[in-house]
Formats: sequence, C-alpha cells, structure tokens
Amino acid sequence: MRQYIDFYSEVRKTIKSRSCDEMNAQREEALQTFSAQGFPSPKVERYRYAKVEADFSPNYGIALTPIAGKLPPYCFRIADAEPRVRTLYNSVADTTDSIVALNTLLCVDTLVVHVPRGIKVEHPIQISNILKGEQDTMVNRRILIVMDDLAEADVIITDLAASQSRFLTNQVIEVVMGDGSHLSLYEVEETHLLCTRYGSVFVRQGKDSSLHHTSLTLFNGHTRNRLDVQLQGEGSEVTANGCVIADKMQRVDNNTLIDHQVPNCQSNELYKYVLDDSAVGAFAGKVLVREGAQKTVSQETNANLCATRSARMYSQPMLEIYADDVKCSHGSTVGQMNESALFYMRQRGIDEKEARLLLKAAFITEVIENIPLESLRDRLHVLVDKRLRGELSKCEGCKLCK
Amino acid sequence: MLKIENLHASIGGKEILKGINLTVRDGEVHAIMGLNGAGKSTLSNVIVGHPAYEVTEGSIIWDGKDLLSLKPEERAHEGIFLSFQQPVEIPGVSMVNFMRAALNAQRKYRGLEPLPAGDFLKLMREKRSIVELDSKLASRSVNEGFSGGEKKRNEIFQMAMLEPKLTILDETDSGLDVDALRIVAEGFNKLRKPESSAIVITHYQRLLDYLKPDVVHVLIDGRIVKTGGPELATEIENRGFDWITKGLGIKD
Repeated sequence: MRQYIDFYSEVRKTIKSRSCDEMNAQREEALQTFSAQGFPSPKVERYRYAKVEADFSPNYGIALTPIAGKLPPYCFRIADAEPRVRTLYNSVADTTDSIVALNTLLCVDTLVVHVPRGIKVEHPIQISNILKGEQDTMVNRRILIVMDDLAEADVIITDLAASQSRFLTNQVIEVVMGDGSHLSLYEVEETHLLCTRYGSVFVRQGKDSSLHHTSLTLFNGHTRNRLDVQLQGEGSEVTANGCVIADKMQRVDNNTLIDHQVPNCQSNELYKYVLDDSAVGAFAGKVLVREGAQKTVSQETNANLCATRSARMYSQPMLEIYADDVKCSHGSTVGQMNESALFYMRQRGIDEKEARLLLKAAFITEVIENIPLESLRDRLHVLVDKRLRGELSKCEGCKLCK
Repeated sequence: MLKIENLHASIGGKEILKGINLTVRDGEVHAIMGLNGAGKSTLSNVIVGHPAYEVTEGSIIWDGKDLLSLKPEERAHEGIFLSFQQPVEIPGVSMVNFMRAALNAQRKYRGLEPLPAGDFLKLMREKRSIVELDSKLASRSVNEGFSGGEKKRNEIFQMAMLEPKLTILDETDSGLDVDALRIVAEGFNKLRKPESSAIVITHYQRLLDYLKPDVVHVLIDGRIVKTGGPELATEIENRGFDWITKGLGIKD
C-alpha cells in the first residue's frame, strides 16, 4: 500500500498536469480514503474471495499515459467532453472503496462515451485495451458512459495483452443512463496468466431505461469484477450476465449488487462458470430490494461446472428484501461433468477430450445465446471453442499481436 | 463376427455376468430375452465399454480384434452401435453438432476427410425422413425435451447416420406405443445393412415380430441358459420364463 502512496507523492505534479480539473478535484479525498483503509482484507464482505494485498504487492511500474490518437464517434477524452458530462465523473462510483479510490488517485485520463438524447448508435462502439510493454506494469483505466434520455448504444470493451509481461489493471467504469435509454455493455477479458484485473462497473439507471451487461472472462490470471447497479427510475430493467472459463491456477471472482430503489423494476442475473484443473471461481451477488420498491421482479442464477476435483467454486447468491409485494428468486448450483452424457457421446465415436469440450461449451452457451448482438454472439462461439481447445487466441487481424 | 467367451463382469464389486458365451455372425440377428436383473443391459454395456463395469474374466473378439482393449469411442469406430435403453439428454449440444462430431470422428479414424457441410446436412435429411424424425427435432439439443418415442427414433436415426456393423438394441421397445414401435422397427429394418448384425435385448415378442431374429437366447442370472430359433421367443411369450428357471433349479 505504501508504495502507491509514495509513488503518488512523487509524481503528483505530473499526474495533475496530464489530467483535467474534474479528475484532479477528486484526488485528495481519494488519497485519504486509500490511506485510511489500505487494501481490503478478506474480512471485508465484498472482498471475501479476493486476494487484494497479494495482487497489488508486486513492484509494478505505473503507467501514466493519457489517451492518444483518433477516437471513434461518441467517444472523447474527458477534457473534450461537454461540461455537464464531465461533472458526472466519480459521481456514480463507490468513493468509499479503496480500490476505486486508488484508481481515482492515479488515473490521468478518462474515456468518455456520450450518446446524446434520442440518438440510436447504429454500429457497436468497441474499446480495446491492449496491454503491451516489456516491463511489469500497472494500469489505471477509467471510462465514463453517459447515455442521455432515449439514447441507444452497444459498447464492447475488450481487455487484451500483447506482451508476456506481468500486468495489473485497475479499471473503473461509470455509467449514467437517462430515462428511456438502452445500453448493451460487454466486457471481454482475454489476457494471459500473468495478468491481474480489478474491474469495477457502477451504473445508475433512470426511468424505463434498460441495461444488458455481459461480462466474459475467457482467459486471465487473476480477475476480480465488481458490478453495482442502482435502479433509480421506475420501469427500469437490468440483465446482468457473465460467463467464466478458467483452468490451471486461474482465479475469477465476480461480485455484484443490484439495488432496487424504486417500484416496478426488473433484474435478471445469470452467471455461469466452467472450472478445470485447479481454477478457483467465486460468485457473490446481492439483490437488494429497498423499502417501497414494490412490484420488483428479480431472478438471480449462478450455475457452475467443476470439471475436476481440484477446481473450487464459491457461490453466494443473496436476496435482501424490504418490500412485501415482490417476485424474487435466486439459486445456485455446482455440478460435475455429466458422466452419462460423456459416455453417450463416446459411444457415438466422439473421443473423451472432444466430448468434455462439447459439454463445457454447451454449459455456457446459454449466456452467449442471451447476447442480443448477433455478430458478437457468433464471434464468441468461435472464441469459446478456441479457448476450450487450449488455443490461446490472439486478437486475429490485430497488428500488435503479429 | 462377434465372439464372446466365458465373459464375467461386475459392477461395484457385484458379479452380474457369470460366464457368457455368444457368437454373432455377420448378417445375423440375435435376440436376448430374460427377466429384469438377469444381466441383459450389463452385457450390452460391457460390449460397448461402459467404464462403470469391470470385466473380470473372459474375452470379446470383434472382427479378429480384442474388443476389451479398445476405448468406447474406438469400439464405436470399429462399427459397434448401442441404441440406449435410456438415451441421454445433452442440453446445449445441438443434434447437428453432435452428429457432425460423431461422423467426422469416425471418418478420421478411417483416414477420411471430414464430410463437407452441404453433404452432411443432405445425409441428415435423408436418414431423418426414414424414421419420421422432423426437422425441428434435428435442430434441437440432443434428446432434450424429446418424448420417449422420439428418443428411440433418434437412436435409430443415429444408427442410420453411422452405419454400424453391429447394432445392439437395448430394450428399444420399452415405453413405446404400438405405432411408435412400428416406426422404430420398420426404420431399423430399412436402415440396417444386410451384412450387419444385431443383438436385440427385449422382454417381449412384439419387437421380434418385426425384427425376425435368427437366434433367440435366454439370459438368466448372468448366464445364457437356453438358445433356440424364433419359436423360443413365441414360447416365452406364451409360457413366461418359469418353465426355464424351474428346469434349472434357479430361484427367481
């Protein structure tokens, strides 16, 4: 923890000079939060399954690079965004969280995606984060997505690694959704065993808005994803899906909170894990239905497949309800390979390895089939298949990986 | 040709097969009848290499090869097909992908290139229509949500796709109504190659009326105790198994 505070004191001026007022204004408070709390221990409920101290202790070089180059439509550096959009910075994130505070402290630039009122963005906006460099590096990334009333967009954020160094990513995404807006937000991680990712997504939804969030961890080292959604406008709905494929010593922890603050909202959550070798998975998802949030409809499911005896899954679906006229359910399963299905396939001539692969792919296909964007669905089926075959897929067609 | 000699097999330490001798020549249809628990399904599972069963003694020679040394998938590639008593549902794996994987694995084993997608789908359509399996079922997940009759038809369809040299029908008639039984049995007769052989496991005469076995065996308590022609099945239909068990002094 000390190393980060010392680093900040040393480079404070550089950071501030490369950043903008809205971001700099938040740094002192972030420093206080981070200094006071340090890294959360496993005793902190939402970090029960993470190993924060260990993940952050290596001596990383810390990247302080602002966003450069030409940005796609509707995307801006924060300094170039509209003033009212800039003020939304750090307004949705949980500022009491020390990992978020560390991001706020060290991040020099924010990518803003701003879709104005009534605009339906035709093509998906893709943001690729490519980790590259010979040195072990920590990256603090920040994205602010602002959907004005009735705006619609698909945003795909991919995490890739183009060199075999050790990387630590601390990413915070804030999403503000106006009334009647629709957003499909996809996060795809496809890095390598030496990559650690802390990803936090904070969403505030207005009236009749709808969010479809899908988080896919296809390849990683250690990953801890957090998703917090506040349903603040009546009639809003959220679908929060996730799929995880992990083997070797990989670790993936998804921690979610769906906060029903007003009546007549819906939430649907489905997370599926396929764990092999000695992989460790964790899912802790809380659905909070606050007092007065009547007519809430909520469904939360976490289903997991442990392909070996040494793979571990921790599953913790939670429902906390303070309203009396709601329809909520939650469930979780952890299962092994279906041996009768395996034998059935082998009897038809499919060898054991291929049969296992087909069963694993089948298990998570539900999450991919739920994705509204057809082109992405097709691409993901291919990626999942390659992943399960152990072909560490590089981002084909990308110059950096050649 | 399948040649089983002095086959002993057990599951969970309990001996079920206690010395089976059985020879099935190419082109022959053998029926195996017997009460529940006699070991009929164990025999079929052992032939196809189900990992839950342990062979403790004896041998199975298939076309000159030691079948027991082969993996289940290799036995399938060697032309042995089991129509399961309870076909397994595999949610998320489509019939098309399943059949394609199976057929191409077989072709690879035989040194052939994968079948081009167009040819494969054409083959699916052809074979499907013979067992009256509609296209909706073929596009669904393997056996998922199929009725009992549809599952059995799907087994025969898969047999038709893979063109085995030996088919084992394990109580394919169980749970089928008269019409479904007819479709399955007629489909089997139409799709079976003349030089291929079959082992038909059943409790009842009904299926055998269609399949016309050359040889009928009675399996009791892990042994084949009686072998005869088709008339033996008729006699069992009329008299049950009592007269056989009594003659052997075996308690039911």
